[in-house]
Amino acid sequence: MRRRRPLTLHRHRVRTARWLLLPTLGLLAAVAAWPLARTAGLAFTDATLGSPASGRWVGLYNFAALAADPAWWEAVVNTLRFAALSVSLELGLGLGVALVLRRAFPGNSVLRAVVLLPWAIPNVVSARMWAWMAHDVYGVLNDLLLRAHLIAQPVPWLADAGTALAVIVTADVWKTTPFVALLLLAGLQAIPAGLYEAARVDGAGPWRCFRHVTLPLLRPAIAVALVFRLLDALRVFDVVYVLTGSSHTTATVSVYARQQLIDFQDFGYGSAASLAIFLLVAMGAVAVITGLRVRLEAP
Amino acid sequence: MRRSPLGWLGLYAAVALIAVVALFPFYWAVVSSLEQGSALFAVHYWPPAPAWDNYRAVFAEQDFGRNILNSTLVAGATVLLALGAAVPAAYALGRVRFRGRGALLFTILGVSMFPQIAVLSGLFELIRALGLYNRWPGLALSYTLFTLPFTVWVLTVFTAQIPRELEEAALVDGASPLGIVWRIFVPLLGPAMVTSGLLAFIAAWNEFLFALTFTLNNDARTVPVAIALITGASQYELPWGRVMAASVIVTLPLVGLVLLFQRRIVSGLTAGAVKG
Repeated sequence: MRRRRPLTLHRHRVRTARWLLLPTLGLLAAVAAWPLARTAGLAFTDATLGSPASGRWVGLYNFAALAADPAWWEAVVNTLRFAALSVSLELGLGLGVALVLRRAFPGNSVLRAVVLLPWAIPNVVSARMWAWMAHDVYGVLNDLLLRAHLIAQPVPWLADAGTALAVIVTADVWKTTPFVALLLLAGLQAIPAGLYEAARVDGAGPWRCFRHVTLPLLRPAIAVALVFRLLDALRVFDVVYVLTGSSHTTATVSVYARQQLIDFQDFGYGSAASLAIFLLVAMGAVAVITGLRVRLEAP
Repeated sequence: MRRSPLGWLGLYAAVALIAVVALFPFYWAVVSSLEQGSALFAVHYWPPAPAWDNYRAVFAEQDFGRNILNSTLVAGATVLLALGAAVPAAYALGRVRFRGRGALLFTILGVSMFPQIAVLSGLFELIRALGLYNRWPGLALSYTLFTLPFTVWVLTVFTAQIPRELEEAALVDGASPLGIVWRIFVPLLGPAMVTSGLLAFIAAWNEFLFALTFTLNNDARTVPVAIALITGASQYELPWGRVMAASVIVTLPLVGLVLLFQRRIVSGLTAGAVKG
């Protein structure tokens, strides 16, 4: 019989740590690992919503059908277009807001709370607010633009694919710019003030300070904000679904997959689309994290 | 830093612009919700005859009270579930050095980046098998997918900052590991728990895709689903006044939370991200 080594304090703690991790790992296995494995399995069957377990193995048939569906590729293009537009606008505007919030002025903390408000409300609510503001007949957006003589007649914003995308992007940018601004503000506040003084002593103006001190030192914060926002944008569902439903001219990949899964009850095919989205987002994550050399550090 | 009058002017112009853009949609929702009948079908920048009709209609024409109750139950249970699992996990991840610790942390963080749609079919099946379809506990369980990972992450960040001496003193006094978590870490983690609990509450209160898919009728429908499903006889007859009234009602508690806990929310958001 092997003699048990006496438990050192460290080994005792490691053993306890395993027990303490159990609830978290159990929950994540139940709601993340297992469902993902099931989705992957279902993607190779012809299962239906009514009886997911009775699907027959169909090999790669669903993936071939997906690749042959023009609506899927339209959804991919819509998603990429939405992600590129919304994320670049959010980063640009978020940086602007962060630069304003960094200044000391009376009312700074009030403005911080105000900026946080759009972030806090449900996507469904912000989408509904923007749908109403962009209403073709009674909308305030048309009224303001007509008064400013920027348009000659009311625009049916949500009826046309191009303007509908503009409304979707606007609603998303309005709601998530605060998040980006706060992340970048935290990054700005970590830049030592001495660096600016040194730059000023060397005769650098505000623009050169921004270009040669702020931007390079803010790079890690920008990269992190970019990763978070991009992964969020690639899986967008709520704002598109509420503003334009499942209309294929604006549908994103998540809207497409849910329509197949739930509305058309095609569990096998819908799971194949879901799995494709998972791979798309995973590849996006890897590409951005390695491309920008985002430094990940365990706390 | 000294600032010229022109500098002040530019700064306050920027501040005003940011505030107006952030607040105008809220203002517009409130104005629209207070208009009644045909007043809605003309653009008024101030309601001509403010009335509460739309607010009454939200509760009279559908069981919006039930939706609010469901949302509160789901969000509350989600917070308890996330904190209950995350506090011990954060102690293990933040205080004990074991092999695979970093990999485990990043796996957990990776789960929070899952597209929800990728687990929708498998989770749908699971929820039905557990008999939780169209019931609010099913939503609370599924919401741990995105609330638990960042709760663990934020609490681990804070746990790692607690001085080692406190724990050693307790060990010397003969406290058990669970005793240490309960008597030393939970009180010290109080502020961090409030922060991550708030973020989890807001995330659960706002969630839409799972709430839409895992419920069938008003018995379990949450507020976002109810607002998304308010329809008229046709697309052009949407009762916009009611939609805006419902939107204002769900926004109010969130406004309260933001105003009360602004600092905590910001510290949680940045702890969850900047260090990541």
